[in-house]
Amino acid sequence: VCIHRVRSCSSIRFIKSKYVCVFDKSALKFSHQQRLFRTSAVSCGQIVQFKLSDIGEGITEVTVKEWYIKEGDSVSQFDSICEVQSDKASVTITSRYDGIIRKLHYNLDDIAYVGKPLVDIEIDASKGVAPEEDVVETPPMSHEEHTHQEIKGHKTLATPAVRRLAMENNIKLSEVVGTGKDNRILKEDILNYLAKQTGAILPPSPKAEIIPPLPKSETVPAAPKDKARKIPVPVSRPIVFSGKDKTEPITGFHKAMVKTMSAALKIPHFGYCDEIDLTQLVQLREELKPLAQIRGVKLSFMPFFIKAASLGLLQYPILNASLDESCQNVTYKASHNIGVAMDTEQGLIVPNVKNVQVCSVFEIASELNRLQSLGSAGQLGTNDLTGGTFTLSNIGTIGGTYAKPVILPPEVAIGALGKIQVLPRFNGKGEVFKAQIMNVSWSADHRIIDGATMARFSNLWKSYLENPASMLLDLK
Amino acid sequence: MVLQSLLKNCLQLSCTLRTPKAGFRSTTSGGLIIQSTSNDVYQNLAVEDWILDHMNLENRQVLFLWRNSPAVVIGRHQNPWQECNLRLLRQKNIKLARRRSGGGTVYHDLGNINLTFFTTRKKYERMENLKLVVKALKALRPQLDVHVTDRYDILLDRQYKISGTAAKLGRTTAYHHCTLLCNADKFVLSSVLKSPYKGLKSNATPSVPASVKNLFEEDPSLTCEMLLDAIAEEYATQHQTDHHITLINPADETVLPGINNKTKELQTWEWVYGKTPKFSVSTCFNMVYKDSFLDVKIDMDIKHGRIEVCNIDLPEQWLPPALCSELVKSLTGSKFCPNETTTLVTTLLRVCPQDNELHSRWNLLCENMIMLM
Repeated sequence: VCIHRVRSCSSIRFIKSKYVCVFDKSALKFSHQQRLFRTSAVSCGQIVQFKLSDIGEGITEVTVKEWYIKEGDSVSQFDSICEVQSDKASVTITSRYDGIIRKLHYNLDDIAYVGKPLVDIEIDASKGVAPEEDVVETPPMSHEEHTHQEIKGHKTLATPAVRRLAMENNIKLSEVVGTGKDNRILKEDILNYLAKQTGAILPPSPKAEIIPPLPKSETVPAAPKDKARKIPVPVSRPIVFSGKDKTEPITGFHKAMVKTMSAALKIPHFGYCDEIDLTQLVQLREELKPLAQIRGVKLSFMPFFIKAASLGLLQYPILNASLDESCQNVTYKASHNIGVAMDTEQGLIVPNVKNVQVCSVFEIASELNRLQSLGSAGQLGTNDLTGGTFTLSNIGTIGGTYAKPVILPPEVAIGALGKIQVLPRFNGKGEVFKAQIMNVSWSADHRIIDGATMARFSNLWKSYLENPASMLLDLK
Repeated sequence: MVLQSLLKNCLQLSCTLRTPKAGFRSTTSGGLIIQSTSNDVYQNLAVEDWILDHMNLENRQVLFLWRNSPAVVIGRHQNPWQECNLRLLRQKNIKLARRRSGGGTVYHDLGNINLTFFTTRKKYERMENLKLVVKALKALRPQLDVHVTDRYDILLDRQYKISGTAAKLGRTTAYHHCTLLCNADKFVLSSVLKSPYKGLKSNATPSVPASVKNLFEEDPSLTCEMLLDAIAEEYATQHQTDHHITLINPADETVLPGINNKTKELQTWEWVYGKTPKFSVSTCFNMVYKDSFLDVKIDMDIKHGRIEVCNIDLPEQWLPPALCSELVKSLTGSKFCPNETTTLVTTLLRVCPQDNELHSRWNLLCENMIMLM
């Protein structure tokens, strides 16, 4: 494709200058107070003053509102140069030349005058120049333009995409009425022809917009006849990847995360993992879901996990504590403000449910609903996002089993919950049954928490969830 | 004359078809009338972009009819903080869109109709289009006192604005679009278009406020459907084409290839807020903390919607200076956006000394700052 394009480009240059002469005459008819540019070849490195063209409606001055380029940028024909505004009309000024921007004649918010120079462009001598009047109405899909001009010799004008569409639907182009310029056949014309034939519109093949390589029979050889017409065969060409690295500064929220995570790294983490049999909880939730729905609340598993964690923290309050900067004092937090990690467009945010120790499972569910809808709307307040003492991250909703969560300072523990999987397990009688298994991965601050404490907390939490009825005994 | 109008009525009865079609009907000359099936402001704006970029309007002109669910639409070069009450928009879930044409800010809801006239750049002529609209209105209700001003507004009873105009000129095609108030919620309109933000200094295009009125208030028998129909008919007559409205679905990639990318671009923060011309915020507010009143002075320069320079003037030692400078450093380069700032300041709090007093001061200051956004 690469090579093909280059060839078309060189052949187009030849045709273009012929073309241009034709249009100069018609341009004469249409010009208002515009001067015509001679499109003869320009010497290398010549600076051309690109003047602001007529806006219409007799407007003589506009305000420059935005520059899309700066001095030194290289620009191609049809690239946007700037945006100007005049009396509620916003106009995109596009370049007529290929070249390098050498001078901007106006600053932002300056008044620019129609007919006066807007920018100076240093023209590349080897490239041509667009005529004064815009010749081609189709957008800068220049490939299409080139191929169109290439086959001008034919009686019916149509781009290769249109020809292919016609071919695919067994339509003779000669039978289609073209509504484009010079009776060119457009895609709509093919669609309409089809509609009339079948009484229904067939959607064009999704690839119709991609310009395919020209089938042999339709290529008109460009000027020198000995140039072989080849269908591009992408076999032995080196693969050219034109992607560029993109560097952006880390700002705002991400900058803050860098700080937080760097601080978290200073905490000596240890991990403890286990698997929980949620078979009974799954069943319980199924029963309770409609009850919660009646009250207008969506009930997930999280409220149960959160409440069970709080019950566990009552027995092991060290997990709901905070170590001061100098590691001299431990503060046992009275409130269980349990954070729930949320994935939003911005990234990871952790709002928390306040005072879980005095909330019912239903109240927790209701609060979670509120936080989730605020989170997805990007409207969480500072109060919702601060004051957390312990965090649960339900990464399982996205996927995964075991994880290695990072503690969010100033907290000392965090739990990551994997996805619930149906797995075979042995019951008390030695029989295999279908169990709903979820994995939990805890991380804790080893400076004040030891493995045994974490294990016992986890076991207690696990027992509440595996046998939800036992939560009733300890509910306050 | 009578015969002509009888004929017109006949045509109207038999030809007012609204058939969904996947392609565009071809006419050898004259106009094409299309109507959007969507009420999503971003999708509809994307259709305008698409037509501007992809359609060949040399032999044909297009009229595009659309309506949106509640949205505030600002002009290409405007400042949303200056133009509307962003807090109220967020609360009421009203969308904010930045269109590509110039002009001022408008409020859209289903009681407002939008008309876009597409032509080649050479045939761009706003007065003609507005006169067409007025003609259609008068044909529908001859007693209506509507006329076009030289600012391209349409006034009712010489006083009330019922239509505002804006335009976009591309390389070869152009469009002129305007609103028309049929039965919009004037209460919401006036409350969202009032900016509460103080101390803004900007070169962005300002809106010119005007008293508005709904056509419905003048004649309660009018509906949006009737207005759309009347305008379509007048357009059809003037362009010698049949009064046939083609429905288009702005999400359909097969008819409008590439449209979904355009829709997405219009919704990005970078487009809606990031395209705001450089501006500065210079304001002060007072905070009440325990038993004392504090004066805080804020100076910020915002470029591309991001805080380029930030200066916070606090009573000395109210917050540890290190913390203050940390806040300023983090805000620099950050989006001038309440959500971004909230998550930023709450995350930063994690690495601050864990002192309740300090935390409440920090939260108080930050909440006040967030109110500016």
